[in-house]
Amino acid sequence: MSDTVTTVTKNWLRNLKVSLFVTCLIDQFFPQVGESVVNVLRGLGVEIDFPQGQTCCGQPVFNSGFRRQARASAKRLINLFETSEYIVVPSGSCASMIKSFYPELFRDSPVMKERAEQMADRTYEFSQFLVEVMGVTDIGASYSGAVTYHASCHLLRELGVIEEPVTLLKGVKGVRYVPMDGLNECCGFGGAFSVKYPDISHAILKDKIRHIEATGADVVLSCDSGCLMQITGAMKRNKIKVRSMHLAELLDSKASHGR
Amino acid sequence: MDVKTQRFQKASTEALTDDRLQAVMAGAIDHFDQARKVAVEEVTPRVWETYRERGRKIKEHTIENLDYYLELLTNRVEGNGGVVHFARHTDEATSIVLEIARARGVKRVVKSKSMLSEEMGLNRVLEAHGIESVETDLGEYIIQLSGETPFHIIAPAMHKSKEEVGELFSKKLHTKRLTEIKSMASAARQALRRKFLEADMGITGVNFAVAETGTIVLVTNEGNGRMCTSLPKVHVALMGMEKVVPALEDMAVMLRLLPRAATGQRITSYVTFVSGPRRRTDEDGPDEFHLVIIDNNRNKLLADPELREALNCIRCGACLNICPVYRKIGGHSYGYVYPGPIGAVVTPVMVGLPKAKDLPFASSLCGACKEVCPVKINIPRMLLKLRSDLVEGSRSQRKSSIFDRLLSRIWGITMFSSFTLAWAHRLIIILQKPLKHEGNLRRIPIPILSRWMRARDFPSLARYSFHQKWKKTLKDESKGKGSAGNEEDLNVIK
Repeated sequence: MSDTVTTVTKNWLRNLKVSLFVTCLIDQFFPQVGESVVNVLRGLGVEIDFPQGQTCCGQPVFNSGFRRQARASAKRLINLFETSEYIVVPSGSCASMIKSFYPELFRDSPVMKERAEQMADRTYEFSQFLVEVMGVTDIGASYSGAVTYHASCHLLRELGVIEEPVTLLKGVKGVRYVPMDGLNECCGFGGAFSVKYPDISHAILKDKIRHIEATGADVVLSCDSGCLMQITGAMKRNKIKVRSMHLAELLDSKASHGR
Repeated sequence: MDVKTQRFQKASTEALTDDRLQAVMAGAIDHFDQARKVAVEEVTPRVWETYRERGRKIKEHTIENLDYYLELLTNRVEGNGGVVHFARHTDEATSIVLEIARARGVKRVVKSKSMLSEEMGLNRVLEAHGIESVETDLGEYIIQLSGETPFHIIAPAMHKSKEEVGELFSKKLHTKRLTEIKSMASAARQALRRKFLEADMGITGVNFAVAETGTIVLVTNEGNGRMCTSLPKVHVALMGMEKVVPALEDMAVMLRLLPRAATGQRITSYVTFVSGPRRRTDEDGPDEFHLVIIDNNRNKLLADPELREALNCIRCGACLNICPVYRKIGGHSYGYVYPGPIGAVVTPVMVGLPKAKDLPFASSLCGACKEVCPVKINIPRMLLKLRSDLVEGSRSQRKSSIFDRLLSRIWGITMFSSFTLAWAHRLIIILQKPLKHEGNLRRIPIPILSRWMRARDFPSLARYSFHQKWKKTLKDESKGKGSAGNEEDLNVIK
């Protein structure tokens, strides 16, 4: 994209206000991803606030069957983000929890259901927000090397976000994109699943790692820190020298690009 | 069939460490999955989507009006000269079949594939009553000879290599050691041809039952179904009550969906329509036609609005082939007739949720099953529903581990507010210190969690959470102050 267009977009979006739901995983384990999200959005002239009191979206308990607890979490977030214009979530999985499952959680209570739906409508996964809402495909970042991408399941199949992350990573100067075989296949994480059945989870993961290695890329990219935690965990253990990164880190020219 | 769902943990672990099984399975499953993909590409994904939508609507409409269509089917089958039996449970269904056999002095039965007869454990019961029952489809025949249960809904012997089958045939059929699939098929054919001619009764499943015409439809590739329905004097067809479709024209949609989703074929080698027994003008066909319509806890699926769509299933097996979990642990791990994602939904309802409590969790919820399902069944949603039934359902449904309840409680306290989360953060930072290894955790003294770390590292908690970084520097950065993640600035927070 030419500089003029970028500038025009920047100016046009000068007044965009975004509330960040950083997710508990990024908050506690990978805060640098959250920083990169902030840097990237601010770089585009977006005004960001970070509603205090946010913790977890409730997906871990929801997926384990504890819906009452999940409802409590959902209620808290719905309250916190009630007045937000846009809610950006740097995780396909947590975004799909809000967008697909919050309204379902409150199926039996009309008022809460409506509030959940309103929140769902205003919630975007990070790459989805950049491409769909802001119309950005090139944010002027650069990285020199071969990069492959793992499409996380919820981003892909719950939210239908397929091309956006690839478009953005291709827009990074110096990146050579190498698609992996089995791009759309699960990495075996599945949250509670990987705790309940670590061996099945690991068997699935091994295929993913094989596909990643086969690309010869230096970096594996994803939009979900859960998947990255699983993938990185096995690569570290097996001393595989591929770095893993959240898309936001690659797009952030201030980030140190290492994990 | 014996319910072995309680063995899931053990059985799946055994499957994972069985190198021979892993090798045979991977090739076979890929073959089916690829074939489906090619078939969808051939009709184009857009047209495929139209078929799927129509298929779903047909099934949804039928299931919503199941009582009406079952009554219509019954009237039409009877009008065609057939007899309709209803069975609430598999025991009842088995008694009906036995009674038909006994009244006619049946000694030999030939069978064509029916998953329902697996629910009934029919072969064993027939044998116990002195009736020889022979499976005539190659896959089922192999399984019967080796004394196993089906590994896959449409490819029951998928887990057997051709070497194993050669060995099995030489042992059971006394053939010489065969090495070619073609010669094995012809050995089976020779053995079976005699059985067809001697049989007094043919038993088949039902892929679809057309209500308006009283017709049952069999979708097969080997033609044995046609032999079973035309050679013996008596034909008994077993159907689950959800198999009915309203009209003949609906078959135009269903017959486009099923073969493509199942084997990637445009149409199977044989599609057999049976409308009752032989009429006076027919040249062949059975003297008697019996249709046994079986519930076996399908009413429980019907009664639950969130699980009802499981009855839309046309048993193509596509969700098995795409499922990352099924692909690793195979069909026998699931411990009942129906494995894979759809099995993880219907089995717990059929055998009782507490008994099959492991199955709804045997999924990473990746959603690939939902994407390939020819009638668009949302399987992950139903797995989540069953998980919540295990925790919050009725007394007969509930069964959750103390560990899960404890974990959810701890989670609840930790995530109660950013204040409690911050305290938990501080605590874990201290606790994890002695366990860190190059910035990661390799083992922790909590058995269930440490299993995760057997094959992969777990990241340690970041020294400063995003919350802390935001408060310290990020918040004001837009106004031109501070710098992101400056460790020195953050030291003040301690």
